[in-house]
Amino acid sequence: MYREKAIEALLSVCATVSLVAIFLIFLFLFKEGIIAFKLAGVGDFIVAKISEVTFDPVTEEFTKTETTGYVWQPVSDQPKLSFVPLVWGSLLIAALAATVSTIVGIACGLYLSEMAGRKLRGRLKPLMELLVSIPTVVIGFFMLAIIAYPLRAFADWAGAALAPILGDWVSSIYTDTFNAFIGALGVSIVIIPVIASLVDDSLQSVPQDLRDGSFALGATRWQTSWRVVLPAGFSGVAAAVILGFGRALGETMIVVMCAGNAAQLSANPFDSVTTMTARIATEMGTAGVGSLHQHTLFLVGSTLVTVTFFLNLLAEVIVQKYRSRIVS
Amino acid sequence: MKEKNFDATLGRVKTAMESGSRAPMWALVFETVVKILTGFVVAALAFILFTIITKGGPHVSWEFLSQPPRDTGMAGGVWPAIFGTFFVVLFMIMMAIPLGVFGAVYLVEYSRGGFAARVIRAAVSNLAGVPSIVFGLFGLGFFVLFVGRNLDYMVYDIPRSESELVEKRARLEANRTELEAEARTGAEAEAARRQLAPEEAQAFVAQRVVEATIPSTRPVFGQGAMFWAAATLALLVLPVIIVSTEEALRAVPLSLREASYALGSTKWQMVRNIVLPMARSGILTGAILAVSRGAGELAPVLFVGVAAFKPDLPLTDPVDFGLFEVPVVNPFTSFMHLNYHIYTLATQSPDPDATRGLQFATTAVLVLLTVALNLAAIRLRNLYSARNR
Repeated sequence: MYREKAIEALLSVCATVSLVAIFLIFLFLFKEGIIAFKLAGVGDFIVAKISEVTFDPVTEEFTKTETTGYVWQPVSDQPKLSFVPLVWGSLLIAALAATVSTIVGIACGLYLSEMAGRKLRGRLKPLMELLVSIPTVVIGFFMLAIIAYPLRAFADWAGAALAPILGDWVSSIYTDTFNAFIGALGVSIVIIPVIASLVDDSLQSVPQDLRDGSFALGATRWQTSWRVVLPAGFSGVAAAVILGFGRALGETMIVVMCAGNAAQLSANPFDSVTTMTARIATEMGTAGVGSLHQHTLFLVGSTLVTVTFFLNLLAEVIVQKYRSRIVS
Repeated sequence: MKEKNFDATLGRVKTAMESGSRAPMWALVFETVVKILTGFVVAALAFILFTIITKGGPHVSWEFLSQPPRDTGMAGGVWPAIFGTFFVVLFMIMMAIPLGVFGAVYLVEYSRGGFAARVIRAAVSNLAGVPSIVFGLFGLGFFVLFVGRNLDYMVYDIPRSESELVEKRARLEANRTELEAEARTGAEAEAARRQLAPEEAQAFVAQRVVEATIPSTRPVFGQGAMFWAAATLALLVLPVIIVSTEEALRAVPLSLREASYALGSTKWQMVRNIVLPMARSGILTGAILAVSRGAGELAPVLFVGVAAFKPDLPLTDPVDFGLFEVPVVNPFTSFMHLNYHIYTLATQSPDPDATRGLQFATTAVLVLLTVALNLAAIRLRNLYSARNR
């Protein structure tokens, strides 16, 4: 009997590892991150102070000007640690990627669940899983080596061909070879299968009666899937899109490899940008242990994990609400 | 009778509708768009795999797979990267399988769906949603800087902070004569044992004597290492194993459990002899998916021990096993990793274009590895789901 109790205790310890892990992740990220607030003011992480020394050759005087700006330059005499360009880059890439993958992902999910039929669905689902399983470094490398350069060449060619009509408009728009658009495209390759299989799952759980009823009323297959099945599975689809957005925010290696890594505020998707994840990945290795830079990167990580935590929570709440409505 | 007629009519209506005879034009357009988008995704997958394998394949040779890199990675092979990836994933799965499987057994067989189970399931789904780079930060902050540094302090008395360093320096200074004498005797004995030449032995002893009073600050555990990387990855893949094991355990029919109880077995005997063997292939599927995930992630191990260029394998000095002396894998050193090798060659090297062939070849090796693992997992799952039906 004691043996049974001991085994149960051991098993319960193994089960609590996940709980302990999630607790420790939050604890250690915040513990290391909050130290950054002791080393610099809260305001410095929003608007960075920039001081410039200029030399006037006429009066032969040095003048020091103090300005502020949304600048991320952690390695300089005066570290500039504004989160704004990083958060902006993350949001820009995640929004672009989520838009593309919402459209394509819902289409794929709809096809898998409503149009493909049992046999084809059984063949396509593993392919989607295969696409998710490709390492992100491979996707990043693929976008970098295979997609980015031809797209650059195409933009140059199109710019030259359309020059009589548009002037240098194309080259002024398509500025960087590695840009937010390329990054977002790479990220959507990873997100599309995630959204597609979540959408497929939620549409599969829509009761068959609803489809039968719709068909009985004379609706076509498209009308049934678009007007009946999709709205019935709406909360699952919404949750899939939110989770996809969260995944896009957290994606690292693809963005590091092909989004350009320039911390700038630009609304042009063809400009080079950087994200919170990319800054952590590229700078943590060289940031000294215990330095302001390192603690700031932990603070960036804390921000990221908090945002994704609430996105996951939101998706979970939407699914739960939907489930209770179906049951009652 | 009435219902039967209704069903038949419904069936006819359905067939008529599905044949699309009355489908309006726009519905056809939308259906085509959906089909094209799905086809596009499948084509993208095929294109990615095809390009990488055709561009990388020709560069993959036995030399490439078995040789270390040369000239800071500009030439040579990827053997240390394959070795490092293999062992980090091996250590990972050795940690993740017991934790994940036993955890899932607790959730399915023991917890009786109580509050504890609900909280743990919420934690598992949360853990699955944590971005991979955050695991990297956690691996650095917790395993390396917290656990590692404190282990160093406890085992090797390596100072953790500036004040501890000052304190240790003072302590060594106070006992200078004894420490130096001790180091001298030890070093002389070792020099004699290794049969060093007189002047060599003298230099060796002198160095040891000087070192005796200098506090060492070089971390042993408190630095990036294969073991910490494996531990970080184990947490990352834990949800994969727990979820697939839970599924496999639930698929075991209740009647078998009851039969086992009826024959007088205890709960653990039932789990060990009936449920776990029945769920074997489901657990194996989860393990393969976890291995593929672990081998494909770079962000979690980025600060926890991967090395950009380290042609020597992470091995210890030869260990005496009685019959033979062989080196074993040293889990407390840095290691090369296939993902990191691709990343450094493609983005960090001074001339990435010069090594495109090597990059494609490394990528091809990695892709073939993960795709093969996933196909195996999918096949295994199909096999056992067919058997369960």
